[in-house]
Amino acid sequence: MSYTFIVIIMGIIMLVMAFTAIYHKNLKVAVIASGIISLFASVIYIFLAAPDVAITEAAIGSALTVVIFFYVLNKIRLTDDTK
Amino acid sequence: MIRNSFLVLITAGMAWILLDAVSGYQSREYLNDLSGYYATSGPEETGAANLVTAVVVTYRGLDTLGEVTILFLTATIIGFMLRTSKRREGSVRRATSEVLVTASNVLIPVIFLIGVYIFLNGHLTPGGGFQGGAVLASAMILWIMSQSGTKVSHSLLEITEAISGFGFVFLGLLGIILAGGFLDNTFLSLGTFGKLISAGAIPVIYSLIGLKVGAELSNIILVMNETQEAEQ
Repeated sequence: MSYTFIVIIMGIIMLVMAFTAIYHKNLKVAVIASGIISLFASVIYIFLAAPDVAITEAAIGSALTVVIFFYVLNKIRLTDDTK
Repeated sequence: MIRNSFLVLITAGMAWILLDAVSGYQSREYLNDLSGYYATSGPEETGAANLVTAVVVTYRGLDTLGEVTILFLTATIIGFMLRTSKRREGSVRRATSEVLVTASNVLIPVIFLIGVYIFLNGHLTPGGGFQGGAVLASAMILWIMSQSGTKVSHSLLEITEAISGFGFVFLGLLGIILAGGFLDNTFLSLGTFGKLISAGAIPVIYSLIGLKVGAELSNIILVMNETQEAEQ
């Protein structure tokens, strides 16, 4: 029962973060918000007894993807400056 | 206004289509034939305590080979598109914060160890090659971020990747020659169920996959980092 409660709270946080990622003006905040979605998703996967998927989601979704997004953001800004 | 009403109409139509599937859904109490077969005879046939690994590496091993190939292609294309030959010398690097350097010195070996543990124990505990490889790559990110001056050897990563990719296919072909078929793991002895050295070739194959995935993902990060430095 308490699991359901925790999962519902995390789902609400994920929804909020998803809307932040879409509508926030600052792209850095949007990228971090999308990383937080993956982090909570991996915790939910553990509750749903899928540890394999949770490890992948935590490592790829919230670490690798965020870092790659930041590299790309930086690259876009660099090319914008030189124009 | 008309466009919005169209959107509402399309959404309602999708909901109506999906309503049937949702209302008719009931969770099954039993496994279907294929998953029942995997669940009952998987442990005896492959000797792997972790059934997910048994399916991923042996029964559906060809799919895994495809996934590894896709990842390899992605890494190659990113390296090909982003590789810059000229590197601006003497560019000023921003000093990394002391906290990050100290913390990463403690954490990097531990994260590497966890990654290796995950893929070595792929046949016993949850996780496996892909997960372990991703963890290795996240340790690599931490390394690149904290030690901004160090150079990671590209050729080491490429050789690791090449050898492990070749070894994966080679072990699969050994399965054809010595056992039942491609990626059949029974040509090595199955050992005691639940021990580290068991399940035939599965730990070897999964370790190779883990090294390959780790090397590829690290290479992607490394190439992106280097293009970044070259353009600053």
